[in-house]
Amino acid sequence: MIWKFLLGVYIAIITILAFVIPIGFIPGLGERARIIFLHVPSAWLSVIAFFVAMIYAVRYLRSKNIYEDVKSAASAEIGFLFCFVTTVTGSIWAKFNWGSFWNWDPRETSIFVLLLIYGAYFVLRSAIEVEERKATLSAVYSIIAFVTVPFFIFIMPRIMPGLHPGSKGDPEGAGPVVTFKMDPNMRILFFASLLGFTLVYLWIFKLRSRMEILKIKIQNKIYQEV
Amino acid sequence: MLSSIWAIFLKDLKSEIRTRYALNALLMFVVVTISMILFATAGEVMSGELLSGLLWVVIFFSAMSGLSRTFVSEEDRGTVIFLQLATRPSVVYFGKLLFNLVLIFGINFFVVIAYLLTMENFKVKSFDVFLSALILGGLGLASASTIIAAIIAKANTKGTLYPVLSFPVLLPLLITTINMTQLSIEGAKLAETFGHLRILFSYFVVVVIASYLLFDYIWKE
Repeated sequence: MIWKFLLGVYIAIITILAFVIPIGFIPGLGERARIIFLHVPSAWLSVIAFFVAMIYAVRYLRSKNIYEDVKSAASAEIGFLFCFVTTVTGSIWAKFNWGSFWNWDPRETSIFVLLLIYGAYFVLRSAIEVEERKATLSAVYSIIAFVTVPFFIFIMPRIMPGLHPGSKGDPEGAGPVVTFKMDPNMRILFFASLLGFTLVYLWIFKLRSRMEILKIKIQNKIYQEV
Repeated sequence: MLSSIWAIFLKDLKSEIRTRYALNALLMFVVVTISMILFATAGEVMSGELLSGLLWVVIFFSAMSGLSRTFVSEEDRGTVIFLQLATRPSVVYFGKLLFNLVLIFGINFFVVIAYLLTMENFKVKSFDVFLSALILGGLGLASASTIIAAIIAKANTKGTLYPVLSFPVLLPLLITTINMTQLSIEGAKLAETFGHLRILFSYFVVVVIASYLLFDYIWKE
């Protein structure tokens, strides 16, 4: 309990600092670069959550243990949530930096497709009634979908020119990670924020998977210590 | 192993030639879609870039209307258990993949001819780029849609889910091929599209390997 309270305080401090900390001058972005403290960690976390979902999908296929499938779905759900946050914050930012909410920059395309993939994943899950079959097929789909994700996140933004920081033609270098020279305190706050987001992810993930496992246990009348 | 793959392929080809269900449906679908485009844009002058995007819209949706047939028909006719007894899962997968490859190249061939005849502004300047986009695009399209078809055949709603599940997985491929088709209309050299070729080829290899590893689990479900 105390840890969750401390995490709330920690995230609150980071949120306040994200607005007030001096970040130095960044050409072309200026004060708008402050989005990095919210937008980038949630983008990373969404990909990590999808990766975790894939790991649990593999573990399900190996062990056929239904709890692994529950964890895989839970992680995919949280990843979807983070992905949505990334899309919305990025879109609002794009309005002020590029002049329109959406203009099919390669990076915007890729985040949109991530939403589509996991939207389809949840549709697939809802379309199958038999529990084991649902688990197996959605595990296979999430693995197939995840092997095509690198094409969006790592390959296409490097090959196709775009406006997003870190695209092809960016003088500071192309890559999945924005590599412009960060002010020291900006760098520290960025990694602190990443840590905070990761802890929030772990917390929600644990809560969500425990809840779903308990649901299964109640349905099947397994009354034991969890 | 190779001879059993060939046997599965021949079996599918024979049963297809007997009924010609998928083939007829696909050809009619192509005709309908292209005439739909023609009606919707009657009197408009369309640029080559727009037409090359529409070409892949036609190819994608015709593939979606026919490629799931190979697995769904096995489920419908109840021949899945027989196939499971007769041979190994990977053999079934590669046999079906081969059949879908032949089907998709057939569709592509037909679509392109119909397209070149009906769309006046669709003038391909560099044929090598166009052809390699079609061939590598067809490979990737067949590979991803085969494994999705195997998933869909086991789900309750077979028809509607197929494009929904395939589209996001196919999107990196489609974006790249559309881009290449546009370049071929602008008259780019083959060497300029090397990056695109590498994406298409690696997409095909990655999807086939992942499908090969995962197909056992779907097939035995």
